[in-house]
Amino acid sequence: MQSRPILVGLASPRTGGMLALAGVIALLPLFLSNKYFYDIVVLVGLNAIVCVGLNLLIGYAGQISLGHAGFFGAGAYGSAILASRFGWPPIAAMLATTLAVALLAYLVGRPILRLKGHYLAMATLGMGIIVFMVITTEDAYTGGPDGIAVVPFSIGGYVLQGERVWYWVVGALLLLAVWLAQNLIDSPAGRALRALHSSEVGAEVVGINAAKHKVMVFVISAVFASVAGSLAAHYSGFITPGKATFLHSIELVTMVVFGGMASTFGAVVGAAVLTTLPQLLAVFEDYEMMVFGAVMMGTMIFLPRGVVPSIARLFQARSKQQIGDKESGA
Amino acid sequence: MSAQFVQYLLTGLTVGAIYALVALGFSIIFNASHVINFAQGEFVMIGGMATVSLSAAGLPYLLAIPLAIVAAALVGLALEKFAVEPARGASVVTLIIITIGASIFLRGLAMVIWDKRFHALKPFTGDTPIPIGGATILPQSLWVLGVTLAIVLALTWFFGRTLLGKAMLATSHNRLAAQLVGINVRMVLFVSFGLSAALGAVAGILIAPITTTSYDVGVMLGLKGFAAAILGGLGSGVGAVVGGLVLGIAETMSAGYLSSAYKDAIAFVIILVVLFFLPSGLFGKRGGERV
Amino acid sequence: MSLLRVECLSKKFGGVNAIDDLSFDIPPGAVYSIIGPNGAGKTTLLNLLTGVYVPSAGSIVFDGHDLTGRAPYEYASHGVARTFQNLQVFFNMSALENVMVGRYMHERCGLASTLMRMPRLSRTERACREEAAELLRYVGLRDYLSVGADAMPYGALKRLEIARALATRPKLMLLDEPAAGLNPTEALELDDLIGRLTGRGVTVVLVEHNMRLVMGVSDNILVLDYGRKLAEGPALSVRNDPKVIEAYLGSDIARDGSYGKDIADVVSVAVEMHR
Repeated sequence: MQSRPILVGLASPRTGGMLALAGVIALLPLFLSNKYFYDIVVLVGLNAIVCVGLNLLIGYAGQISLGHAGFFGAGAYGSAILASRFGWPPIAAMLATTLAVALLAYLVGRPILRLKGHYLAMATLGMGIIVFMVITTEDAYTGGPDGIAVVPFSIGGYVLQGERVWYWVVGALLLLAVWLAQNLIDSPAGRALRALHSSEVGAEVVGINAAKHKVMVFVISAVFASVAGSLAAHYSGFITPGKATFLHSIELVTMVVFGGMASTFGAVVGAAVLTTLPQLLAVFEDYEMMVFGAVMMGTMIFLPRGVVPSIARLFQARSKQQIGDKESGA
Repeated sequence: MSAQFVQYLLTGLTVGAIYALVALGFSIIFNASHVINFAQGEFVMIGGMATVSLSAAGLPYLLAIPLAIVAAALVGLALEKFAVEPARGASVVTLIIITIGASIFLRGLAMVIWDKRFHALKPFTGDTPIPIGGATILPQSLWVLGVTLAIVLALTWFFGRTLLGKAMLATSHNRLAAQLVGINVRMVLFVSFGLSAALGAVAGILIAPITTTSYDVGVMLGLKGFAAAILGGLGSGVGAVVGGLVLGIAETMSAGYLSSAYKDAIAFVIILVVLFFLPSGLFGKRGGERV
Repeated sequence: MSLLRVECLSKKFGGVNAIDDLSFDIPPGAVYSIIGPNGAGKTTLLNLLTGVYVPSAGSIVFDGHDLTGRAPYEYASHGVARTFQNLQVFFNMSALENVMVGRYMHERCGLASTLMRMPRLSRTERACREEAAELLRYVGLRDYLSVGADAMPYGALKRLEIARALATRPKLMLLDEPAAGLNPTEALELDDLIGRLTGRGVTVVLVEHNMRLVMGVSDNILVLDYGRKLAEGPALSVRNDPKVIEAYLGSDIARDGSYGKDIADVVSVAVEMHR
């Protein structure tokens, strides 16, 4: 009985999940036989970072955003323009871009997070599309629809190059992102977010400034997306406006919901599945789009809670049954 | 009033009428089911593309157009039956993803059935511009405006005078109460999807001779229609029409006088500005939470 | 010195005065009840007194601070807590977590130390958890500590809201129909709970239809009718006030007077019928 808290601690979603994720990241290279696989996994990692942040907003605080590809794109283009066109050191470009995106999210978030439901969906969608239009139109800086080449990422003369190096960098950052997100969730502020998701007035009357918390989590999620965008730009060496489209915003939201709302590890799983899926669907050629749409519809209809919570529920039911069996046996 | 202004106004009204039709589709489905159907734009695409195919196959417009509308309506009914109905009671986000999934599916299907090229549709009655007050208007624009007006009148009659229309209104106000007085809510849902799809198809057919059509024309039209519906206030018929016309005119004016590069962004700038001040749109229901 | 001072308070919805030029004082340490027929404006008044609604006119001064027009979280930060007639429980959390949310104001720390999970936070988290458990036991919910709020019965949820409100360490607690929907045993336990609240030094404002409860625990009663003050005073004087009886029963019966001495019983019967 005395050892129980430790066991519970290890098995808790927090520690157990972090360990499992670290294990997967450490062991995965054993199964990655070529550059192509590394490439996909790096993309998974970058999307997962966005989704962990977006899940704080959608899954925990219950505020929808159909415009996060805008933040991703702003991060990518901010880094690209400052580092490639103005010759800033990439790390400085990334930091400056992140700050600018945080400011943008704050300024936009304050008025629009008062909106509810479909109105919030529309406002975030509109914001994302405006960012996309700016990127495609201001071609003197952004290269317009053709995109822009981006210098490799470097810190103090060391140049980050090659899928393998990027794998470990992105893996470490994903762990950091998950750790930060879990810390937030398990704090008074995290409880405040879940509370206002359920009842805003209920949260307000115990002293929670709901508007402030919504803006805070909106900014945090925008920062996650922006950093991932900056990294993606440097990693692939070339970016086009495609990553800032409405469709990409939808893909990000789908990853979060597919993995499971209010589950950080669900967000990671969702990013992994839905980033890999189009690669697998490439065999369908012309039918790729149809199959992707059908998968989106199908999972939402049959697993509306998302994959990870559905599986977790299954396990819980089973372990409860086992405990019941033991007790009746004793 | 300069001739240029009149020209922009006429163009804006034409575009706005199309947005209004799409927005009405959003509002009708929203009223019946509280679902925002992000596949609304695909009905517009299906209407236009099906008419292109059917008339290319030799059918006269008099046959091709009704058939295209029926085809879109059938797709709308199928969408309700196979995607929305099984997900009853799901959260707003889930339903948004389902309908977006449906729109991607339909777009993919259109790509397979047709192709990725742009298609032009022959104007209904010639393409000689008609001069009005120094400006000109295409005969097709007159068709757009006339048909939209007729549809708005017909919908007013339908929701105000017919039993089914009143049942649909009642369901939008209070689903449970509607059920209790014996309204077949399932039926209302079904009809709303068919009706919205048909409206979308009409919009797609009307605009195709002016702007051409392709498998992905529904994305922007759908989003702008949604913007128009939100601008007017979700669920408000008057709001949808006013929202559509306002967006259409504002878009053409700003493209003409300011910058055409940002033409597509104008609708979204307007919607953000309006929502800053009126969080429920122009004609939306206001009211605080009751606790 | 009053804890809460309300002056010339009005709230209009459209053209209707839901609360109309209302003034009253609530002294500290007492149980102050607000009664009145349905639609008298009781819940509107509670929403005004907690910042959920912004008044159309008038002022609300709490503990020496003018809180007129402030947001609910600012009322809470000055020590005003409440429960809801239509439960505002966080159904996505366990009972314990619900109460832990109530500790928010005393627990929160900067964003940086939250994200870095400073050791101090782990310690306060543990203390918070223990205090929340203690409060759940205090309101009689020891069996529900780790139960999800969505799996709790109605009566327990009402207590859960009281525990959550207590967790904010309020000076003033507003209870909106705490007895509604409870069975008679549960309602009886409520007398005791309210007594213990004042024992902790919490001033209680009670909006309630259950006259037995109101007459039993109240030091002062405010009677509302059409958003106006009909009567105010100690329980005994209010229950014998002809204006009150008239409002509840209609003028004919009150004038007839044939219901004898203990009109309060009639009032409570009538009030029960109103519900």
